[in-house]
Amino acid sequence: MSNWIIAHLWLIPALPLVASLLILSLPGAQRTAAAFLAIAGQIAALIFSVSAFVPTLATPGYRSFHNFTWLTFGEQALRLGFVLDPLTAVMLVMITLVSLCIFIFSVGYMAADENFSRFFAYLSFFSAAMLGVVIANSLLLLFICWELVGLASYLLIGFWIHKTSAAAAAKKAFITTRIGDIGFFLGLLWLYQSSGTLLFYDGGNGSLESAGLTSLGASATFIALLIFCGAVGKSGQFPLHVWLPDAMEGPTPVSALIHAATMVAAGVFLVARVYPLFSLGAVNGVTTSLTVVVWIGVVTALISALIALAQADIKRILAYSTVSQLGLMMVSLGVGGVAAGILHLLAHGFFKALLFLGSGSVIHGCHEEQDIRQMGGLRGVMPITFLTYAIGMMALSGVPLFFSGAWTKEEILHATSLWSVSHLPHYLMMAGVVLTALYMTRQMIYVFFGNRRTASAHAHESSAVMTGPLLVLAFCTIALSVVLTPAWPWLHEYLSGETASVEFAHLIQPILFVSLVLVAAGIGLGVLLYRGVSRGDPMEERLPALFRFLENRMWLDELYDWTILALGRFAAGLSDALDRYFWDGLVRLFGGLGQLFGSLTKGFDEKGINAGVNDATGVARGLGRIMSGWQSGQIQRYLGAIALGMLTLLLFYAWLT
Amino acid sequence: MTITLQLFLLVSAALFCIGLLAALSRRHAIFILIGIEMMLAAAGLNFIAFWRFGPQPAPATGVMVTIFAIAIAAAEAAVGLALVIAVYRHYRTINVDQIDQLKG
Repeated sequence: MSNWIIAHLWLIPALPLVASLLILSLPGAQRTAAAFLAIAGQIAALIFSVSAFVPTLATPGYRSFHNFTWLTFGEQALRLGFVLDPLTAVMLVMITLVSLCIFIFSVGYMAADENFSRFFAYLSFFSAAMLGVVIANSLLLLFICWELVGLASYLLIGFWIHKTSAAAAAKKAFITTRIGDIGFFLGLLWLYQSSGTLLFYDGGNGSLESAGLTSLGASATFIALLIFCGAVGKSGQFPLHVWLPDAMEGPTPVSALIHAATMVAAGVFLVARVYPLFSLGAVNGVTTSLTVVVWIGVVTALISALIALAQADIKRILAYSTVSQLGLMMVSLGVGGVAAGILHLLAHGFFKALLFLGSGSVIHGCHEEQDIRQMGGLRGVMPITFLTYAIGMMALSGVPLFFSGAWTKEEILHATSLWSVSHLPHYLMMAGVVLTALYMTRQMIYVFFGNRRTASAHAHESSAVMTGPLLVLAFCTIALSVVLTPAWPWLHEYLSGETASVEFAHLIQPILFVSLVLVAAGIGLGVLLYRGVSRGDPMEERLPALFRFLENRMWLDELYDWTILALGRFAAGLSDALDRYFWDGLVRLFGGLGQLFGSLTKGFDEKGINAGVNDATGVARGLGRIMSGWQSGQIQRYLGAIALGMLTLLLFYAWLT
Repeated sequence: MTITLQLFLLVSAALFCIGLLAALSRRHAIFILIGIEMMLAAAGLNFIAFWRFGPQPAPATGVMVTIFAIAIAAAEAAVGLALVIAVYRHYRTINVDQIDQLKG
């Protein structure tokens, strides 16, 4: 069984892909068939994922791969492959499970949409691409699937193509991530040039195995940083995070699928996958590339947590929270807590999908209103949504014991405290925890507590097809908290492949109490500030300038507009002018010369050659006209001519004699 | 007044000219045919005249040629009339001014 699943690992992405193609080839809009195919493909992928997950549990440090030759050119053979290791296995299960919940939720959420089947085709395609990223054992295959994920996100963000803002957001997402992908691609080429292979694991010859790594030497830092550029773009890290909040223009299930649970996780996954490149030659667990990862993560986490405080759109708050959490994961990876980062990624995948689907349910119930200031008092009307949303919120804020986010966050904080370079990230991440709790409390109070405002006046609970997935995800969130408790660190060991020492001292570290205090402080501050809030924002009233600054997303978009985009526009204008006046002038000059020569030869042709021919034909024509006049067809004229001829002959004869 | 060859030739020439004039100027196809017959008759008269005033005795060549010519003229008249009838059937007229297809 286990061998079979390794050799057929490609089936996991292939099944949703086939489902997607089948949906696209359905004649007409067959909504039921489309939803059925997509969900069936996802269930099949989930079953295969679980059956791939099971054998990896048995052996610690399990890793098997299946490579094959894709192209042969000259002496070189380009090889691709699939790998199954704990990282792949948990990602597979997480992605397929979360996707399945989101697919089912979409059946209810998109029920009124006229492009229902196209939506499911795209969702399946997206899921296939993401699963491809996870199982790839070759940086090239990973890159191909990575770009397919980008394409799928473009299609899904811009799903409502009639909305100008959605089309612009799709374009922005595609182009912004492409900037990072250029770096990724350069890193890929460099890696191939220095190590001669793009396979990760190849029985000792792969680029992530010791032989391949030693051949890299000093260039590993640059390769790792270039590959990190791709992760920055895809995971919405500063300074390429601007696309992610705008991507909320897509339908809410898309936000949940792409911009919370899976796609943005690809960047973190990528860093974890090529981690040996980052940590090559580490002294005390520190390398240049990892330090860059840490600081980028810190800046991202703090900036986006601050911006989230002042946003009014329910989905935008979640989007910035996602960016912030991804920053946290990057910090964790950078300081050496790979397992903690990936565990947080898993936990985050579940509870963020839960929050996004919950917000979808809220938006659906409030008749497509997304402004939290227009909501309020939904607690009573939407009990299931409220309950599940509260679970997601507490998991995200890090309320301990029963909510998955708490353990992983605490582990990340623990990992940052051990970082030998600086303690600043540790304290900044603590501030991040407070901010997270604060903005989530703010959102909860605005949406679910207080008086019912305009948008929530006629709100209603969503149907079972939408609340069902919410309950499943909420259950997973709580169940994960059991799996993730530090008292039983099997998942941690399973991911890192080493035995963690379970000491009681580790369980009751001061950091646990510190994080407890931090979360309590954040939530308490939130309750204090926003209790009984009606319409205006207390923070806006007290610190208007700061609020304006954060509400406008620190004017980062405007900054890019004035600097990079202005530069782009200037370059475009310059090229345009160059093209219009210089090159066009040259072309016109040569064109004019050609025209001049043409008109000269034309004149010669017309006046010289043609006129001669014309004259000759004119003479012939004139003669012909005269002679044809003679041929009147009248017999008597002919007869007369004969008589005249005879007379002439007679006269001539008479003259001769 | 003695009858001389010149007198015959004059009559014959007059006959030829009358026939030619008729063939050239009349618009009716039958009259053209009659004109042609007159020209043939003038030619026959010349044969007879030259034979009669030639050295005597001589074989009756002139008479023979003329008889032949008259026979041929009869046949030719038959062909001509047939043509006139065919033309009439085709064009519904035998006015030669309107029949001008014999060109090109």
